[in-house]
Amino acid sequence: MAIDRHSEPEVPALPTATAAAIEVAHLSKVYKATRAVDDISFTVPRGGVTGLLGGNGAGKTTTIAMIMGLVLPSAGRIRVLGCAMPEQRADVLGRINFESPYVDMPSRLTVRQNLTVFGKLYAVPDLAGRIAELAADFDLTEFLDRASGKLSAGQKTRVALAKALINRPELLLLDEPTASLDPDTADWIRSHLERYRKQRGASILLASHNMLEVERMCDRVVIMKRGRIEDDDTPSAIMARYNRATLEEVFLDVARGRARDAES
Amino acid sequence: MRSLIEGLEFGRGIAWHRISAMVMRYWYLLLSSWPRLFELVYWPVLQVITWGFLQSYVAQNAGFFARAGGTLIGAVILWDILFRGQLGFSISFLEEMWARNLGNLMMSPLKPIEFLIALMIMSLIRLTIGVLPMVLLAMVVFDFNLFGFGLPLGAFFCNLIFTSWALGIFVSGLVLRHGLGAESIVWSLMFGVMPLACVYYPVSVLPHWLQFVAWLLPPTYVFEGMRALLIDHQFRGDLMLWALGINVLLFVAAFISFLAMLNSARRHGSLIQSGE
Repeated sequence: MAIDRHSEPEVPALPTATAAAIEVAHLSKVYKATRAVDDISFTVPRGGVTGLLGGNGAGKTTTIAMIMGLVLPSAGRIRVLGCAMPEQRADVLGRINFESPYVDMPSRLTVRQNLTVFGKLYAVPDLAGRIAELAADFDLTEFLDRASGKLSAGQKTRVALAKALINRPELLLLDEPTASLDPDTADWIRSHLERYRKQRGASILLASHNMLEVERMCDRVVIMKRGRIEDDDTPSAIMARYNRATLEEVFLDVARGRARDAES
Repeated sequence: MRSLIEGLEFGRGIAWHRISAMVMRYWYLLLSSWPRLFELVYWPVLQVITWGFLQSYVAQNAGFFARAGGTLIGAVILWDILFRGQLGFSISFLEEMWARNLGNLMMSPLKPIEFLIALMIMSLIRLTIGVLPMVLLAMVVFDFNLFGFGLPLGAFFCNLIFTSWALGIFVSGLVLRHGLGAESIVWSLMFGVMPLACVYYPVSVLPHWLQFVAWLLPPTYVFEGMRALLIDHQFRGDLMLWALGINVLLFVAAFISFLAMLNSARRHGSLIQSGE
């Protein structure tokens, strides 16, 4: 077994430049008697923001966890940046990152220590410079030497996002990135994510309950209900199909089982 | 089996920068909390003081123990190497569960084999911090020099630390699969090994049928070897080789069970519900 003592970034070349950021085909996850995800297929195009919507228990988190390789599918196929998951996880994990409410940053470590550890895990070149850059971007400079557990909810979210961007990922998986944040901080974070996507050409899969956020950020929306996909299109096409002015109204229609306007 | 071995992800090599990142993470954690550092030293020191005075008392009142000077205190120190080695490994793992950080690590390029190597290195660091003061205290207060074992100490140490890591890997797999509900096993498993490993008495004390079970455990060979060295002044290389052979089997079994439990955790979604 080879021991690699150098800290070069491990970023293999893309298998195909045109491959979608994420391709999910006939994906299912069954836990004993519960079918958490039921035969879903969708694509996240490169360079875009795709929203994953659905009520609690719709299967969003399970879907994201399967895409990340944290949960093994019962059936179906996933390709991330052209690599089969979970078989080729090692090839792709250095090129993606995520932020989720079901994981925390170690609270006793300072922000700088946390970012240093994750930077080294991702073999980030010029790590000190990258941390300084992220600290400036996320307004964290004055907190860098404070224990992560002593930060406010908004500051913790900014640190989690700084960690999610530390390796300049080509694909970001975000599960409720602005949950529990005040409107000002949430808006600030959305702007930052949009700027990052434009600058890097990154792709984002965003699970959110905030419909205004989805309308603002996403160029495509996948709506899930009880483990299945209810709809998959651009926000404007979906709103037109349901004859609604906002995605929030569409969400309520789907959640309460009201048929689409065009089909009724 | 193939998928289990692939789970180790040897294929693209082991990266030292990822292992050192994890060691750095635990080192930061250790330095961030003086109670953690204090606890590392406190229990071993308490152990050696209690057993050291007991040995002094027994040695003054019994000819055999006077002859076998150091067997009790030697056993206490070697037992602590075994026990603290496993705890040092498992507690670093538990820190990730307590911090709900496992998802971050599992989503990073860190490979399971690198994670385990980092835990082993951290076990050595914690062991050094905890046991070294104990060894020095035994030297100063009870005139017992562990390093007086000479080269056999290396054989004893390696066999004990290999066993502690094998058990650490196994219980970490259990916690990974079953969540923090399995945490108590981390603390209690080694005490289940203790009576059978014959730490303070020879194997011959056990009922005949139980002796077969005792000889399945590598630490039994180490403690028998230590008594042979202290009482008969004889180094039993054969015992150390047996211990090493069984340790190799234990290690392989522990790795396979860890990977099986990691796979099972991925199947059952335990990695995204790292609570109880």
